[in-house]
Amino acid sequence: MAGLLQPLFDAISLGSIYALGALGIALIFGVMRLINFAHGHYIAFCVFALLIPSTEVVTGMLLGALPSWLIVLSVLGVGALLSIASEVVVFRRLRNANPAVLMIASFALGIVIQNVLLVSYSSRPKSVSLWPELSLPVEFFGASIPLLQVLTVLVTVVLLLGLVFFLKRTRFGLEMRAAAENFTMARMLGVRANRIILLAFGISGALAGAIALVLVSQTGTADIRMGLPIMLIAFVATVIGGMGSLQGAVFAGFLLGAISVTLQLLLPLDIRPFRDAFLYLAVIACLIWRPEGLFRAGPSSERV
Amino acid sequence: MLIVVPIDLFASGVTTRTFTEMFVQMVLVVGLYLFVGNSGVISFGHVGFMCIGAYATAWLTVPPMMKQFTIKGLPEILAQAQLPFLPSVLLAGLLAAAVAVPVGLVLMRLSGIAASIATFAFLAIVNNVYSNWDAWTAGTSSIVGIPTETNIWTSWLFASAAILVAYAYSVSRFGLALRSARDEPVAAAAAGIDMVFQRTIAFVGSAFLCGVAGALYAHFLGVVNPDAFFLSVTFTALAMLILGGMSSLSGAVTGVVFVTLLISLFRTLERGVSVGDASFSLPAGSQEIAIGIAMILVLIRRPAGLIGNREFKWTRSPAKAERRHKPAI
Repeated sequence: MAGLLQPLFDAISLGSIYALGALGIALIFGVMRLINFAHGHYIAFCVFALLIPSTEVVTGMLLGALPSWLIVLSVLGVGALLSIASEVVVFRRLRNANPAVLMIASFALGIVIQNVLLVSYSSRPKSVSLWPELSLPVEFFGASIPLLQVLTVLVTVVLLLGLVFFLKRTRFGLEMRAAAENFTMARMLGVRANRIILLAFGISGALAGAIALVLVSQTGTADIRMGLPIMLIAFVATVIGGMGSLQGAVFAGFLLGAISVTLQLLLPLDIRPFRDAFLYLAVIACLIWRPEGLFRAGPSSERV
Repeated sequence: MLIVVPIDLFASGVTTRTFTEMFVQMVLVVGLYLFVGNSGVISFGHVGFMCIGAYATAWLTVPPMMKQFTIKGLPEILAQAQLPFLPSVLLAGLLAAAVAVPVGLVLMRLSGIAASIATFAFLAIVNNVYSNWDAWTAGTSSIVGIPTETNIWTSWLFASAAILVAYAYSVSRFGLALRSARDEPVAAAAAGIDMVFQRTIAFVGSAFLCGVAGALYAHFLGVVNPDAFFLSVTFTALAMLILGGMSSLSGAVTGVVFVTLLISLFRTLERGVSVGDASFSLPAGSQEIAIGIAMILVLIRRPAGLIGNREFKWTRSPAKAERRHKPAI
């Protein structure tokens, strides 16, 4: 039992990060058909917001010097602001462009963010000790689990519940779900498009901030490329969950985390380096099996 | 359309290298266009074929002496092989095309965003396998000793040939069938067009060109490394294609030229420019920032790309320009 608990927690905490990322991407895709490749760079930007801009190896804390609760609030705020700014400056001007153009624009924005970080912090990874006491293990049904993993799972659950409450119980949430389902129709019924899109960007950016906090306390380093791998998996999760389906994105995020940990555990040692190849084979199989995603009922092709 | 002129016979070494790289990129982007432009499916996977082509040419052309040290696990016939440039590049393209047949038959059943993600998964698989298949690919370390035979002339010739191939495809009945399936899938199916089959043909053809581009790139650098064929190349190639105009061959070519010029302009500025007495230079890293901003500006000003759906014509006959109407639903 204790032997299985550790991988179970690994799977859930990895899945939590993927789920939060996928949710951030799905929210924006739902309201404006944009696959936001800059999302990973939002994560990196939030991490670096903790540090004072400097190209030296060791640098002081900027936001990281605040008390803990203020760190959390300010990092989430930085993510939200960055994300909203990118909507106002870039994506708003591309409202009628096709998805491919939007995607390339987000990719170009990602390059800009990454290189702003590069210019102000240099490309060398930096060590950040944020809440080192979190890596202490806690006893949990006989297994010792790092406190951080427990916290990651808890934070994700709280965020997800909060989001569910927001989406199901508030007026904005209702409007956002309507917009994700059928944007044109929602506008006709009086949903204010720009406000909803801004809100979606804000939440998505705050989710990126949450991932940044989890990542930086897990790894203890800040690297300008650190958001990218998560973004890619989250992007895949969004698609196999069903584009625009929020619960699908969350489910697929956890699913990918679980598959990844299971493969790590079960594959023989000499083919373990090829784990990601198997993971992506599973993704292809899943897409072939349900091209419209796990959570999209009905065929995606147009009826004639 | 073929207004590619070998400009820089008298230019400096840096310029020559820039243009050589541009022509290699052109083979890649034209290959990408052959599939993406005609099928309307955005592919993130074609750099995977570039990777396959680059390693294939490394297996075929690195001197056997050097292969003993870097890639020990090759079978006897490859370990002893040392082919000349041209056959090796073509074989590299053929290998990529051969891989594309089964991959295409599976992936082309998908459409839209699901197909794009599946091609991305293919790229990730290729990268993962080539980064860990130590016996054949030396893992993440580089294979050195590939003869550097790609120069301005060979790359220009290959770029022109690639443009001709893509043009011939897009005016053939296959290209026409695929574009009709892109614009009106239901009507095309009613007219007896098998979309999966047509897409697979385009996928295999474009994989061939991308494999050739990978081989040329390997012969340009003299070194191959799996991470040289991953996300950044994918995005650059897609950016070139989409900036130029996704569904036009002229757009693909224009995009390559435009982005290359943009990059070399900012590289020059980063090195420093002297105007009169004053010299100024941009800080390092600002090149990418400027390129990113420039790309966003172009996309905002011209969302359909620089060229849009049009093609350059030999004769000026605007009335004959192909017009595509979006369905009114």
